[in-house]
Amino acid sequence: MNRIFTLFLGIFAYCSAHAQVEVVSLAKLEAVLSSSTDTVHVINFWATWCKPCIEELPYFEEAHSFYASSNVRILLVSLDMSSELERTLLPFIKKKKLQSEIVLLNEPDPNAWIDKIEPSWTGSLPATIIFNGTSKKRLFFERQITKEELFSTIQQMKE
Amino acid sequence: MKTFMLALFMMCATSLYSAEGLKVGDNAIDFSLKNIDGSMVSLSDYAKGNGVVVIFTCNHCPFSIAYEERIINLHNAFVSKGYPVLAINPNDPVSVPEDSFEKMIERSKEKNFPFNYVIDETQSIARQYGATRTPHVFLLKKQSNNAFTVAYIGAIDDNHSDVASVKQTYLSNAIDALIAQKSPAPESTKAIGCSIKWKK
Repeated sequence: MNRIFTLFLGIFAYCSAHAQVEVVSLAKLEAVLSSSTDTVHVINFWATWCKPCIEELPYFEEAHSFYASSNVRILLVSLDMSSELERTLLPFIKKKKLQSEIVLLNEPDPNAWIDKIEPSWTGSLPATIIFNGTSKKRLFFERQITKEELFSTIQQMKE
Repeated sequence: MKTFMLALFMMCATSLYSAEGLKVGDNAIDFSLKNIDGSMVSLSDYAKGNGVVVIFTCNHCPFSIAYEERIINLHNAFVSKGYPVLAINPNDPVSVPEDSFEKMIERSKEKNFPFNYVIDETQSIARQYGATRTPHVFLLKKQSNNAFTVAYIGAIDDNHSDVASVKQTYLSNAIDALIAQKSPAPESTKAIGCSIKWKK
């Protein structure tokens, strides 16, 4: 009995953890990037091993809760290796209690897809794109973003 | 006045452009950087070979670690053909203690690095070259006047996480092209990597 209970618990934990992170391909991201709604999209590229990424995560979390009821979507795109999903990414999300939407981009050959996301991106992390699909305003940061920059850019894109 | 403004704009544009670093075809900037054995290493030390595989890399970055074995193998494969690897650590050790000079010595001993591993203490070489991440490759080709020019910039290959799944060995293809007296194609590629940790 105990075993079955443990098994159920295991399956439950597995499913609920999985619900947090979708493994996506480039096509999914391109669909988000080509959105034409007036939602302000904040797309942050990060990884659990990237120290400056982790330092700025709280700002995205704060923006996520601050703008919860407005047209702002925060999307954290993890570039952790897909083999690290169970071992590293999910435990990290749990430990940090991250609430923003998180996906794991599983695409080989960055040379083939970096330019499709942002031509000026050289490939270093962190990197953040903030855009409004209606006004076509778009800003790209290939560096750590400050909290002020994040909030003022979102605000500017909303107007 | 218009011409003056235009000239001023051009000057600004040019300076912005150069701030982005070296491009394929540019002359490589020489340097004198401290190697793990305490000696100073310059590009001119490589004048006997045919080129230098300059790789900005470091100890701590998982991408650099994932490529360590491959970098060692590249060096061993191409050193006899005149294309040795020169690894440069550009990171600020205050920001990442694991990338200190002492830790570089430790790592090179652990892994038996067969190539020079130098530290860019002022970070000026990484800035002048336009390196942004680790690993970031600048393949240099020696010209007849013993100067070095940039022949290829970018990634080592197309799959950092799984050597067995690599389809495009960009860097070794580029070196093979130079050996065959051809121009590398592609001459530049992009890769995901750790941002260089600049001094604050």
